[in-house]
Amino acid sequence: MAKKLKKVDVVVVGSGWAGGVVSAELAKAGYQVVTLERGKKQDRRDYIGVKDELRYTNRYEMMQNLSPETITSRVNIEDTALPVRTRAEMMAGTDLGGGSVHWAGATYRWRPIDFELRSKTIERYGKEKIPEGMTIQDWGITYDEMEPYYDKWEKTAGISGEPDPLGDKRSNDYPNPPMLASPAVKLFKETTKKMGYHPYQVASGNLSQAYTNPDGEKLNACMFCSYCTMYGCDFTAKSDPLATVIPTARKTGNCEIRTNSLVRRVLHKDGKATGVLFTDTRTGIEYEQPADVVVLGAFSFTNNRLLMLSKIGTQYDPTTRKGTIGRNFNGQFNITFLGARGYFEKKKFNFYMGAGALGGAMSDFAGDNFDHSNLDFINGGGIEMRQYGDAAISSNHVPRGTPKWGPEFKKNSIHYANRSLVVWYTPAVMSWWHNYVDLDPTYKDEYGDPLLRITNRYTDQDRNIAKFGIEKCSEIMKEMGADIIDEDEVPEEFDHIYSGGHYAGGIIMGADPETSAVNNYLQMWEMDNLFVVGGSAFPQFGGHHPTSTIGALAYRAAEGVEKYLKEGGPLVEAKQATLNA
Amino acid sequence: MTEPRQPDDTQKGMSRRNFMKNTGLLAGGLVGGSLFGGLLTNQLQKPGAPTNTEKEDNHLLEARTFFSNAEDFLILSAATERLFPKDDLGPGAIELGVPYFIDRQLAGEWGMNAKEYMKGPFLQTGAADPYENQEEMTQDRGPNAETQVPTPAFRYQTPMTRGDIFTEGVHALEQTAQEKFETNFRNLEPEQQDEILQMFDEGKGKVNGVASTTFFNLLLQTTIEGAYADPVYGGNRNMEGWRMKEFPGPRMSYTADIEKEDFIVMKPESLRNYQGH
Repeated sequence: MAKKLKKVDVVVVGSGWAGGVVSAELAKAGYQVVTLERGKKQDRRDYIGVKDELRYTNRYEMMQNLSPETITSRVNIEDTALPVRTRAEMMAGTDLGGGSVHWAGATYRWRPIDFELRSKTIERYGKEKIPEGMTIQDWGITYDEMEPYYDKWEKTAGISGEPDPLGDKRSNDYPNPPMLASPAVKLFKETTKKMGYHPYQVASGNLSQAYTNPDGEKLNACMFCSYCTMYGCDFTAKSDPLATVIPTARKTGNCEIRTNSLVRRVLHKDGKATGVLFTDTRTGIEYEQPADVVVLGAFSFTNNRLLMLSKIGTQYDPTTRKGTIGRNFNGQFNITFLGARGYFEKKKFNFYMGAGALGGAMSDFAGDNFDHSNLDFINGGGIEMRQYGDAAISSNHVPRGTPKWGPEFKKNSIHYANRSLVVWYTPAVMSWWHNYVDLDPTYKDEYGDPLLRITNRYTDQDRNIAKFGIEKCSEIMKEMGADIIDEDEVPEEFDHIYSGGHYAGGIIMGADPETSAVNNYLQMWEMDNLFVVGGSAFPQFGGHHPTSTIGALAYRAAEGVEKYLKEGGPLVEAKQATLNA
Repeated sequence: MTEPRQPDDTQKGMSRRNFMKNTGLLAGGLVGGSLFGGLLTNQLQKPGAPTNTEKEDNHLLEARTFFSNAEDFLILSAATERLFPKDDLGPGAIELGVPYFIDRQLAGEWGMNAKEYMKGPFLQTGAADPYENQEEMTQDRGPNAETQVPTPAFRYQTPMTRGDIFTEGVHALEQTAQEKFETNFRNLEPEQQDEILQMFDEGKGKVNGVASTTFFNLLLQTTIEGAYADPVYGGNRNMEGWRMKEFPGPRMSYTADIEKEDFIVMKPESLRNYQGH
């Protein structure tokens, strides 16, 4: 029998940007909040002196331990899914601050068309542009409505950047100027400008100067040490929840953050959530945390699985294409981030220096900034050149044709260690009737609960947009002066490697309860005191990195929860069947 | 905390060889030659036995804690040296301590698959094999691809731990050497060793329980990691791997240098230096 804790106003599951922002905002507003994090406690001191590539990058120190729980994966709905067993095949962040602590810092707003993709595509290109089975949809919110939340999150995070010349309306500039540009970043920007494109410096969560955010949290200027993505920052110079929303929540005195607390069920009765059931992973003791409002602000996989295990909502069924829980699995991984790698004989860069989001970008082939009339895909993506800073294990790229071991490999890997860079495309990813999530019939976690099962396959859309991006990147690389250019190959089919953490969808936003699980306040249509926040809400993936959209959605959800606590009831009126015409 | 370290201007523009000579670091190369020779001809000589040029090395840490059979360790050592051979650029895998690096990795949580999902049922059929045999470099993709070691794709679908795979893999190298050349793997000519390794790389070797590619990919991954990971893990001895690549090791700050056009060579520093013990 679970030990019952004192009821609070809000219980929040997860402590990354999604759960962290919601916790901070509601605690600031005076509500009693309990935030539950499955991983351990950590702070900046845990990262001082541990700039250790093997431990963090190659052994995935900051990622979820998959021994108790992972996902299973298959391509077709008739296949048997197999577990994704190693962290080299699937990474998802954990511990206090979640995946938002190991993030790189690349910050992009998504575009107006991303939020109204179905209607805008039909408006410009006609209905036949959307192939049968592509289940893209409008979000039930527009860019203009999202703008204040983007602005708010950028200020909390102290984002450092310059305007995208092809960007959309902003109420304010980024709170900090862009980072210093390295020679490689300058080369990318100068080259693409000469080509007639519109480059800009990647806006970064790595700060360009000391900054105090509106909540009074202090951040430092990034020093380009390069131990950034896959690491926690030892200098509070990368904006993350540990540096911002978690201390903000704590100092109100209204938020209790419990680590090592694995939430296993959302409890509910008569169509209302009553709280959550969690296990302290150190003792095995089960607790019940009652609350007026439950917010799932965990990783997209966890948000999906918790609803399914708790039997909330209607599971999506690909054979009938009905049901909303698990619908529209999408994400930016594997077939995305393809481009061209260039090797320079006459140039040598200081590539051991860098920062997660140090880089150049351009939006000429993003969203609907280019005409798609004669193109065989929808939407677009950013083109980027990033200088993460490579340590010695990762700087082993060699031109194609080099053997992967032996004397020639050794010679080339050493020769090119500081002479190769990548330009890649970050395309949007569409959703399809056959890509979804549900519970696996065979594989279980350590408590005997079924694992989450991903069914995901590629379509011509994925392959065509990838091919398009590779060509553009290759042209840029040529102009940049690379002596050898290796273009990435477009994979034929998904190989079950979940790289990079950008997996989304399943509990998607929309205006119509038939095709979406949550409304534009991230409130469940079927349970109005349950909010599900994060990448799980993306109906399809935009053409840039996702973090700021998750941050913005979290501010939107926090506003919704507060509104609900004051007024109760559904916050948005459902529109029936207007979007799937 | 240590102070930010600035590049030493006197090292700028110097060739790597001069740099190494001036800092007395070429000596390691000579040691390695005799060490490798010793491995081939005399198994009673302890691999990695301390020599006077390694006084500052943590040689007391160089002992096997995973491979219980010394012969297995010597086969592993010979294989890693073929993947990352000594040449005029600098030391090879053995001299860098890669075999000890691998031994220690296998003795720890990674080798025991402590953080991997190891519950059944395990499907050791055609469904798993195609992934194991893929040649493509999966880690070239993804938003963090730049930070990953490029390794061939694989899908891990075996109840064996990485330690088990290495044990079986090393035995399979030896078995293949006996079948093909009627002698020990470590006594083969380098070209013959390469021929066997190539077979394993192409999935044509026979390893109990897994495709030979699965073993080979792990062997290659750990050999590269052992050459370039911080010396605290037992490889990259004396930071010679980093020196070859002109990699400076962990630093607090590059703010003063990030905009500089010229390549800057810094004297490498290890985690031990950085942590200031």
